[in-house]
Amino acid sequence: MAISYYEFEKPVQQAQDKLDKALAKDRQDEKHLREIQKLETELEQARHEIYGNLTPFQRVLIARKPERPHAQDYIKALTTEFQEIHGDRGYADDKAVLCGFAQFRGVSCVVIGQCKGREVKENLKYNFGMMHPEGYRKALRTMKLADKFGLPVLVFIDTPGAYPGVQAEERGQFEAIARNIREMFTFTVPVLCSVIGEGASGGAIGIGVGNVVLMLENAWYSVISPEGCASILWRDAQFAPQAAEALKLTAQDLLELKIVEEIVPEPLGGAHYDPDTAYANLGDAMQRQLTQLLKLSPDELREQRFAKYRAVGEWEENLAEQTKG
Amino acid sequence: MPWFEKKPKFSSLPGAVRPSNVPEGLYEKCPDCYSMIYRKEFEENLHVCPKCHYHARVSARERIVMLVDPGTFQEDNSHLSPVDKLQFEAKKKYSKQIEEGRKKTGQLDAIVSGIGKIHGKTASLAIMDFTFLGGSMGSVVGEKVTRAMERALAERIPVITVTATGGARMMESILSLMQMAKTSALCAELDRAGIPFISVLSDPSTAGVMASFAALGDVIIAEPRCLVGFAGRRVIEQTVREHLPKGFQTAEFVQEHGFVDIVCERRELRGVLARLLNHLWYASPKRKSDGNGRSRAGSERSSKKTQAVEQAVAQ
Ligand SMILES: [Zn+2]
Repeated sequence: MAISYYEFEKPVQQAQDKLDKALAKDRQDEKHLREIQKLETELEQARHEIYGNLTPFQRVLIARKPERPHAQDYIKALTTEFQEIHGDRGYADDKAVLCGFAQFRGVSCVVIGQCKGREVKENLKYNFGMMHPEGYRKALRTMKLADKFGLPVLVFIDTPGAYPGVQAEERGQFEAIARNIREMFTFTVPVLCSVIGEGASGGAIGIGVGNVVLMLENAWYSVISPEGCASILWRDAQFAPQAAEALKLTAQDLLELKIVEEIVPEPLGGAHYDPDTAYANLGDAMQRQLTQLLKLSPDELREQRFAKYRAVGEWEENLAEQTKG
Repeated sequence: MPWFEKKPKFSSLPGAVRPSNVPEGLYEKCPDCYSMIYRKEFEENLHVCPKCHYHARVSARERIVMLVDPGTFQEDNSHLSPVDKLQFEAKKKYSKQIEEGRKKTGQLDAIVSGIGKIHGKTASLAIMDFTFLGGSMGSVVGEKVTRAMERALAERIPVITVTATGGARMMESILSLMQMAKTSALCAELDRAGIPFISVLSDPSTAGVMASFAALGDVIIAEPRCLVGFAGRRVIEQTVREHLPKGFQTAEFVQEHGFVDIVCERRELRGVLARLLNHLWYASPKRKSDGNGRSRAGSERSSKKTQAVEQAVAQ
């Protein structure tokens, strides 16, 4: 898929266009080769200038690029023997989440991935990565099979949020998410989550309770999207860049807040520039973490997961100001 | 409904805000049908409109008075105070909003917890307060719900939560989101220990709180016509571009779809809770074979820091 550019990437796009045009000329003389070399250097400079210093909102935009590798791409690249399973055994099969069994570097696993598409037809099939209650229930059913058969769970998170629709509400979106979160605390197998793109709110945590959570360098994870936050707190979605800043939603922020264990580096400019490197980086980090988790006993796995989330929060024990009475 | 879209609530409680155009008088206006109601009648009716039956919002402290046997409520963890870890600033600084909430409610955050008796039956209680930053759940709310559940585990008593919330608190971003996980983790512990959890939903109970502990009660009770749901109305309307069905996301609607057990008038809530406490716990054969039902086993769950602070408070 061709690479798309946002406004802030204009200098990169221009440098790339110039280079492409020069390369298209069928010339072999030395002057031309020098010209190409010069243009290549300019492109590299532009890329370093733009991508070496991304703002939080620019990372959000990169995380949303349609050509960015999606969950199904990571599953294809990183696993073998993949066998998809379908349906929540109650209502329907939600295609926004891909569930199945697979081998990951020699280990039989269950994989769960929130899918996004690249064009209209795919987008509609995957509902833009927004799951319905039956999606959360399908994921839970699959994860319970993992727990039953002692298989580690690999989760790929990439969602702009749980689907906010009438039927989703009627079928109990809140119940589906809440139940998933609670049940994920009962599992005695390793749960390894990777935020590969967007980690929006309840839609993400609804499959995101892990012993370890990895996050790609340009992924974001927050209680609300920057646009949602801006339209509420600034009363104008145009303030999304400011909201992205305030929400502390980058991988670096989440590492510092001890919400994620590791940042997985991406190729300069984003995973889509060099998907194979992105797959290898995530695969290696997953393998390293999984190897450690597999050393824990079933009870230790459950307890470690509990302890990790039990410890989250920031407050003061303010004895002077407690309510009198 | 997001917390910032609150309906006007004309409370008679000290400390509550009163719009300047409403005189401090004998009457108040029903927020729903706009009838003028004799204030005393409104209060005696537990802030339920005698004309249209609208259940007006009540503060956590009013709720305690309505639910708990007089003189039996012992508050705990009232010293937990929010901090602006992310130094969040939108149009206003979060630290400033905390200050304002404090002045407005006389509380440090949007929740009051403790133990109390309902018709003589002891329960651990966590009661949310919509008046403080829209009842949003940040670290303090999440921690107090968690500790209320830990106390229930340690003392082997049921736990009751009453929610009044627009969801997770944006100004604590990911830390708020993780409170959904933390409180739900304790629900899993309650399951394992066989301790009952009753979730009471009042207006509104939505978003991140509804998609975590509030939806995980063994029994879920909602007040009539209160708003219960995950996504906000506006967001849904923008997404589906269609008119929302009548009564969408009301307690009755959610019960009709199978996600709430009991829709219960405020006047009857106390009796229903007492009955459930009895059925699920105090009269249950399982609990009776459980020894005196008061063992402190499991108290190692509450952190050393907490215990130290509690001791300091007791002295
Ligand atoms: Zn009325």
